[in-house]
Amino acid sequence: MVEPVLQIDNLVKSFGALRATDGITLDLMPGEIHALIGPNGAGKSTLIHQICGTLKQDSGTIRLAGEDIGALSAATRARRGLGRTFQVSSLAPEFSALRNVMLAVQARQGSSFGFFRPVMRDRSLIDPAMAILERVGLSDRARLPAAELSHGERRQLEIAMALALQSKALLLDEPMAGMGPEGSKRLTGFLDTLRQEAPILLVEHDMDAVFALADRISVLVYGRIIATGTVEDIRRDPAVRTAYLGDHA
Amino acid sequence: MTISLALEQLLNGIQLGVMLFLMSAGLTLIFGVMGLINLAHGSLYMVGAFACAAVAALTGSFWLGLVASLACAAAAGAIVELLVIRRLYDRDHLDQVLATFALILIFSEGTRWLFGSFPLYLDIPPLLQGAVALPGDATYPVYRLAIIAVGALVALGLYLLIGKTRLGMRIRAGESDREMIGALGVDIRTLYTLVFALGSALAGLAGAIVGPLQSVQVGMGEPVLILAFVVIVIGGIGSIKGALIGALLVGITDTLGRLLLPQLLTLFMDPSQAGMIGGAAASMLIYVVMAVILSVKPRGLFPPAHA
Amino acid sequence: MVLTRENAVNLTLAVLLLAVPLIASALGQPFYVTLATRIAILALAALGLNLALGLGGMVSFGHAAFFGIGGYAAGILASHALSGEPLLFDLPGTAQMPIIWLVAVIAAGLVALAIGALSLRTSGVYFIMITLAFAQMVYYFAISWPAYGGEDGLSIAVRNQFPGTNTMRPLNFFFVAYAVLLAGIGLFALIRASRFGAALAATRQNEIRVAALGIDPYRIRLAGFVISAMITALAGALYADLNRFVSPSMLAWHMSGELIVLIILGGTGRLFGPLAGAALYVAFEFALGGLTERWQFFLGLILLGVVLFARGGLLGLLAGKTKHG
Repeated sequence: MVEPVLQIDNLVKSFGALRATDGITLDLMPGEIHALIGPNGAGKSTLIHQICGTLKQDSGTIRLAGEDIGALSAATRARRGLGRTFQVSSLAPEFSALRNVMLAVQARQGSSFGFFRPVMRDRSLIDPAMAILERVGLSDRARLPAAELSHGERRQLEIAMALALQSKALLLDEPMAGMGPEGSKRLTGFLDTLRQEAPILLVEHDMDAVFALADRISVLVYGRIIATGTVEDIRRDPAVRTAYLGDHA
Repeated sequence: MTISLALEQLLNGIQLGVMLFLMSAGLTLIFGVMGLINLAHGSLYMVGAFACAAVAALTGSFWLGLVASLACAAAAGAIVELLVIRRLYDRDHLDQVLATFALILIFSEGTRWLFGSFPLYLDIPPLLQGAVALPGDATYPVYRLAIIAVGALVALGLYLLIGKTRLGMRIRAGESDREMIGALGVDIRTLYTLVFALGSALAGLAGAIVGPLQSVQVGMGEPVLILAFVVIVIGGIGSIKGALIGALLVGITDTLGRLLLPQLLTLFMDPSQAGMIGGAAASMLIYVVMAVILSVKPRGLFPPAHA
Repeated sequence: MVLTRENAVNLTLAVLLLAVPLIASALGQPFYVTLATRIAILALAALGLNLALGLGGMVSFGHAAFFGIGGYAAGILASHALSGEPLLFDLPGTAQMPIIWLVAVIAAGLVALAIGALSLRTSGVYFIMITLAFAQMVYYFAISWPAYGGEDGLSIAVRNQFPGTNTMRPLNFFFVAYAVLLAGIGLFALIRASRFGAALAATRQNEIRVAALGIDPYRIRLAGFVISAMITALAGALYADLNRFVSPSMLAWHMSGELIVLIILGGTGRLFGPLAGAALYVAFEFALGGLTERWQFFLGLILLGVVLFARGGLLGLLAGKTKHG
């Protein structure tokens, strides 16, 4: 029996009378892209915050590669192998794209208390970072400050930083957000190549991307998962149609 | 230690608290509504004291001096807001700290230029001279009781202003979402100038009423400013209720601490040592209290909920 | 090293700071040597703060505490060396600067660890206020300790010694201070370019991103805060020796404000910003002070002008925008 890389069991979070997360159970298996879709207000952000560690759950467990990470800080979870991207790009704006990815490489190496070697002459940081930038297609923009990159390029940089962490699981929060059709197609093609490196929990609104990429889809409505299955299962599920897809399927 | 001594010190503590409340209310309002750290607040306290002392000396009337202190402090505040503070709202706290630090230098030296380096003196007005009897054999100065009364009135007035008037409503709205009220058509710039002037007037009032108890001199506002910052941090920045409770807490703790700590320490060491160490400990006490409160409630006792 | 505009300005500043006392000494004007020494020491103090503030984004309004701890370390050790009475645990006092510096740096580091551990749990204006409060605590503690002068401060009868040179000669002491400053600048540059520096700068820019990468922002900031305190304390020890007097005003919040002023005047986060700022400040004080007793009024106006209109400080004006790369 293959163990899931990420296992969430009966997660509950309430804000006063509102149960934003109402007993969510889902898992992420190795080598898969598991998409999480749902209408606005379904509680996707709240769920992401809890998985990543920026919000504490009321009850329920979160396991990464079998280890219970529910009580760990966000930084510790990242070190344990949970990588993520942000819905609104969150970068070090003054640093170049290269320095941003180098920071991620440095974080993966666990060496942030090094005081004496200048990073800009450290090939053990520069080379891996450039290689990743090459992969995502940003190598000719490497020296530009992140604040000067275009929106699409910043989304790519987010992905690059997540890749640099060599995480066990990736949580991608609406990577297509704000991308035009061209950019979305390219990014979709790129994400397709990633699933063997690290399974992806993909939170998305862009249905084309979801149907193209997902091995499994879970549908989140009012804090609960109302359906989980393959693309075809979900397309045909009447509850999902009513709640969410409407005329899309 | 007698009851009357304890009672006297308790009243002193309340009086100090009231004076700190006048300072802190303005400070917290300015930070709450405009997001501005204002180190020059202590200078407006000084301006109020000097205005009162100067006008009282000129006219012989403390009451005219009091009116002058309110007017001068409010005017000084409004001018400073129009010329300098306006440009700082969008800046980070570091720039605000620096610019208002520069204002302290300007105000202090400017005042020294006008009035010289010697302190001015204010007399307690005849109406408020004398003392009342306390339980036990002691008496307590009428003037200090009057200060407590003024503080209570101001607290009531602020409560009514903030809670019951349209200006107050705009102030409260401004505290929770600055951008929004602009979009709703409230004249932000005038509102900010008004709030700043109001805060400054309160500081000036504090300076004026303390004038008869201590001397009026350049730099008198600085120790009070620091205490006011401790108060608003304890109370929750932006909360007037927090400023009141924080001010009373700080005033009473500081006063009673200075009384009790040396006495407490005489249990463990000889009186002269106890006096010294007790004095030091008493000075440090409110900072220790602040550190303890912040470690449990990092945003103070009554932080206002922000958007 | 590439000769960028900033590097050229930096080099000029370093050379000028060396040249002025050399010339002054040759002309028999020791006053200017002392002035230059004062610039060098204040620059070092501000450099320390710049590590926390400019690089790490921590607006500490309590660095006077560390400046003062350094000063008192020098004063206390010197007075025990003079009187022959042992300090704690039968350890003697000393008049040797290197040992004094070590003590100053360690003492400040420990205090900063405690203060930082608590303060860094807060942020924004609360952090500013709590660092101020802790510095006030240290101030009140110091002025109520009569064994070491209390409110009157502590004299250092004979300037402490540095092996191999007679520190009583103003020029020699200047060289010591200058060398320490250069070492400090070198250390700052090294740290800034290192992995730790990258993590610290990133934490200033976006702490959520840093945490998402697996770096703990709290620990990075704490380390930065402690190192910064140690550098400022070293400056404090030198300052006490310069004046042969430890004044409690070294611990006053005005001093904390002045240190921030020095950084802003010179340019926040710039390598030579603290030096430029210290030079400007001392020059203003001297030039304006010679003209009028009300010089602080004009200093205030100039400061206001800088904050409102010359945001990058002197180095911003001279050397243009920083390249981060």
